[in-house]
Amino acid sequence: MLDRRTLLLGGAALALSGCKIFDSATERDSRLRAVFASQEGLTKFAQRAMIGDRLAPEFTEADIRQGMRPNGSVDPASADYRRMANTGFADYRLTVTGMVETPVSLSLAELTAMPSRTQITRLDCVEGWSCIAKWRGVPLGSVLTLAKPKLTARYAVFHCFDARERSLSGEVFYYESIDLIDAYHPQTILAYAMNGAPLPVANGAPLRLRVERQLGYKMAKYVHTIDLVESFADIGLGKGSYWADRGYEWYAGI
Amino acid sequence: MPDGPLIYRQRLLTRITHWVWAISLFFLMLTGLQIFNAFPSLQLGKESGFGYDNAILKIGAVEVDGGLRGVTRIFGVEFDTTGMLGVSGGEARAFPEALTIPSKTSLATGRVIHFFFAWVLVLALGLWLVASAVNGHLGQLIPTVADLRALPRDIADHARLRLHRSGEYSVLQKLAYASVLFVALPLMILTGLSMSPGVNAAAPWLLDLFQGRQTARTIHFLTMLALLGFFAVHMAMILLAGPVNEMRSILTGWYRTGGDDHA
Repeated sequence: MLDRRTLLLGGAALALSGCKIFDSATERDSRLRAVFASQEGLTKFAQRAMIGDRLAPEFTEADIRQGMRPNGSVDPASADYRRMANTGFADYRLTVTGMVETPVSLSLAELTAMPSRTQITRLDCVEGWSCIAKWRGVPLGSVLTLAKPKLTARYAVFHCFDARERSLSGEVFYYESIDLIDAYHPQTILAYAMNGAPLPVANGAPLRLRVERQLGYKMAKYVHTIDLVESFADIGLGKGSYWADRGYEWYAGI
Repeated sequence: MPDGPLIYRQRLLTRITHWVWAISLFFLMLTGLQIFNAFPSLQLGKESGFGYDNAILKIGAVEVDGGLRGVTRIFGVEFDTTGMLGVSGGEARAFPEALTIPSKTSLATGRVIHFFFAWVLVLALGLWLVASAVNGHLGQLIPTVADLRALPRDIADHARLRLHRSGEYSVLQKLAYASVLFVALPLMILTGLSMSPGVNAAAPWLLDLFQGRQTARTIHFLTMLALLGFFAVHMAMILLAGPVNEMRSILTGWYRTGGDDHA
């Protein structure tokens, strides 16, 4: 009886791991995945209750011991982007549109002329590594205030220059979204400088988002348009971000 | 010594939470290895060294004579771990498919399942802690002064595989269970939370406590190994102490006392 039980338990353990019983959870629409993913709402609720409007930890100059590790896209290939990069982003414009009273278009010079915030923070990649760097940029809240979001606006969606893949319907560009709670957080900035120098192309030039209380993939690089929306169901595959469309959490606080 | 009477040793809630932990830890470990595979290195400090080296463990693959070899580096010493770590099934991956959920590489799926069972574990532990404080079960796990005096004797008995079957836990049992429930699991939860950028904003003291996010990640991994060690000893003791009686006890609550000497 013991031997049979041990064998059954051992066999079940092997079957659960080595064999592929739980592999169906990798399919985005599987029922098994939906059960496991039910914790995402709870996680977001618990984190929001804990953190309120608190700031992410900031570090000192002494903590900057290396360059910022670039990840994801490092050199967008689109012709528009290449042309701008070759001219120092002189004709770059950030567009703020969607559910706003006054759509806004800002050049890099206009953005850098606005009051800025500098912060030394840690980027946590979903893969598990971290890297500390100094970021300078304009608070996203200030830019949104210029455009005056309508009361119905709930999310800021960031559209980017970097194509991540080619699908049947054309190139799939990186996009991300955050809600207005994170958008107006004082540390949420549109960064144009890193470690005391203009933002390098590998790190998202000319403008990238910093959302310090979430993981790195939320911090969209190569941003050209901010679209204020009530829902992101009609954008991309409907989950609110390139990576959320591919199974990662939309709220990436953990 | 003849068999003594059957006693009711574990309450229903204790038994249920025990199995909830067992199942949760199984999933947490194997999804944890899936997550680890996305960055198969353990480092010390606030960040990951790319321009410098702060890794105490690194698992990788190198190409040697047209073939892939798995290389594991621990404190600067390299080991060829082809087939197990670094390279398995002919492909480069830190832990092999047999040890990860899901078996194929899927960080997103590993994370979704990991956080699901993290919640299950935490809620079950919280429920058990409150209930056990109320019903007195906690007191059964915390060694008394008399227990600690009996420690040398209990170690000697265990070393001779002379296992006493009274209704109460021996002092070594108490220490083992208490260190899992009050040290290892809380450490696991707190180091896990320390890796969350959201929690870092809410409780920056956690980063100070563990000396940085990457150190917390390393402690998280090492505590997993400690729990795995506990599991191995736990299984061995069940087999030595009489597996039928032990399994009956943790499934039904009923435990046969007496008949001490099994070895």
